[in-house]
Amino acid sequence: MDLKTLTFVVVGLSFALYIGIAIWARAGTTKEFYVAGGGVHPIVNGMATGADWMSAASFISMAGLIAFLGYGGSVYLMGWTGGYVLLAVLLAPYLRKFGKFTVPEFIGDRYYSQTARIVAVICLIFISFTYVAGQMRGVGIVFSRFLEVEITTGLIIGMGLVFFYAVLGGMKGITYTQVAQYVVLIFAYTIPAVFISLQIAGTPLPQLGLGGSVGDISFLAKLNQVVTDLGFAAYTSGNKSMLDVFCITLALMAGTAGLPHVIVRFFTVPKVHDARMSAGWALVFIAILYTTAPAVGAMARYNLHATVNTAVASGGDVFAPEASIQGETRPEWMKRWEKTGLIKWEDKNGDGRIQYYNEKSKDEAFLAKVEAAGWKGNELGSDKKGKFDGTVDRDIMVLANPEIAGLPNWVIALIAAGGIAAALSTAAGLLLVISSAVSHDLMKGVFAKNISEKTELMAGRIAAAVAVLIAGYLGYNPPGFVAQVVAFAFGLACASLFPTIVLGIFSKTMNRGGAIAGMLTGLIFTLVYIVYFKRDVLLGMEKLPDSAWFMGISPEGIGVVGMILNFVVAYIVMKMTAPCPDHIQHLVEDIRYPRGAGAAQAH
Amino acid sequence: MSKPGNFDPKAYWQATLRLLMVTIAIWFVVSFGAGILFRDALDVVHLGGYPLGFWFAQQGSIFIFVGLIFWYAKRMDKIDREHDVHEE
Repeated sequence: MDLKTLTFVVVGLSFALYIGIAIWARAGTTKEFYVAGGGVHPIVNGMATGADWMSAASFISMAGLIAFLGYGGSVYLMGWTGGYVLLAVLLAPYLRKFGKFTVPEFIGDRYYSQTARIVAVICLIFISFTYVAGQMRGVGIVFSRFLEVEITTGLIIGMGLVFFYAVLGGMKGITYTQVAQYVVLIFAYTIPAVFISLQIAGTPLPQLGLGGSVGDISFLAKLNQVVTDLGFAAYTSGNKSMLDVFCITLALMAGTAGLPHVIVRFFTVPKVHDARMSAGWALVFIAILYTTAPAVGAMARYNLHATVNTAVASGGDVFAPEASIQGETRPEWMKRWEKTGLIKWEDKNGDGRIQYYNEKSKDEAFLAKVEAAGWKGNELGSDKKGKFDGTVDRDIMVLANPEIAGLPNWVIALIAAGGIAAALSTAAGLLLVISSAVSHDLMKGVFAKNISEKTELMAGRIAAAVAVLIAGYLGYNPPGFVAQVVAFAFGLACASLFPTIVLGIFSKTMNRGGAIAGMLTGLIFTLVYIVYFKRDVLLGMEKLPDSAWFMGISPEGIGVVGMILNFVVAYIVMKMTAPCPDHIQHLVEDIRYPRGAGAAQAH
Repeated sequence: MSKPGNFDPKAYWQATLRLLMVTIAIWFVVSFGAGILFRDALDVVHLGGYPLGFWFAQQGSIFIFVGLIFWYAKRMDKIDREHDVHEE
């Protein structure tokens, strides 16, 4: 069977599985639609959370980002896992005890204010839509690359599938399909990693392989030597300022804990104890991918260099003319992926060979060697709208990884199914929180309080359907900046929802005025800072120099400053406005004690 | 919700907050401490083929986070039982 047919079969089988589960797990009540009936086992919920959490970006892009950033990629590894510790100790158990359906509902009840609830809905919709558009785009891209269909066709198939199980099954359908999707994506991710680790470091565990050795030196030392020989920064050193690394990591952690589609997963378990355990299980399932990713990244980087320069593996002189491989005899995978534009070879010095190195190096000795070897610029990059771009697209590090390592076709087909599973599971989780914010918070909660449960369920389904259509449109016609903005969803969550929820639990006196003022300050400050410094991608204006950043903090890390402002403003406004009423203080008291969580359903 | 007679809300919350502070401190030390602030100093030491600070940043912190959450959950169960607010 050829690769394309095999890929169709594997992806088709995974789809049949999701559809089967969706039919089996239809939602009959609003409780099933919003929180899967509230009886999900903590390990099952942990696995579903893992799939919900690990998006197209985690699966397709992260290892490639790490491959090119080296130590700098650590911000994503620590940032996207450390948030679960915050969830487990600060949020999940208390929100589970509170026992309602949505995040805005908690904020509205705790701060006895419809306004607070609506502000929370605005934050939620803003965060979730930027995030979901990237997922739908991811589905389209995987389809077009592996199955060679139009992005639009891939998008429509993906939308149809999410529509089917999110609209029909609600949280219940999503939970059980996510479990299946987790299994698909984790196998797709780890199997190639195991093979590659065996090839390079001789050990099947990628986590040990990254710390293993090649010949008589450690793999990381070898990689450092290879990349510095070619003019790049050493792999294990970073180049961002320490304060910025600190802020980005913290923004990603607090942002993770403040993302509504992650928080609601903890409403689905039966008890407070289960909410704590479930956070642990979720991180176990996430850690399997997240501790594999740095090995995948580092080894793919090594393999890429070793492929185009034979002196890398043999330890010879990388500048020797015959070390660079001939363009004509370049590997098949490179030719195949050139069609997608992710990788491109441009023979700048006309010698028919591929020279891949850092042409922007400022090292005089290195540049002299480049000059002497007759290299006229880096020749390996990607295709950006028909023009040669000097950076290889980072996504290729995962997508083409099995081919670079020469693994069998079924592994390549599995990668396609895994990428689609990662994107679909996250998209479904996001669409559900958007639809419940509309049907439960805006309609049932504020604008149409008298609707029956049946009408509310129907409203939830219609809202989910409309959200799928909007997400599909954004994926088809991305406003140019979607990919860049997904990372900023974390900054916004970190500055708006996270501090407000934490204060709602740990301060009995925080009041309505403080919470609303804090949330708005955090959201607006962070949003304005991001738009101001990303005006080149967002508004098409001239780029501002990075030296203008506030204290050297990049837009990715500014959510931390937004969070601090949120806390400070909330405190000041609280002091100036009417105190928090007694019955709310009792409510806060009540959510702190686990007993009675099962019964605390005010519906 | 009916509270048991010997229940001391203040003591329970104090115990919870103490555990929370310890957990957050460990969380901070293994990631921000070992992986970022003191990375250069730790990188002098090697764990297998890993410079130690790099290991904390890309592997160790994640393993410790996992263990930390289960440890926290276990300790919270104990506190819940001691103060008789555990779930039936």
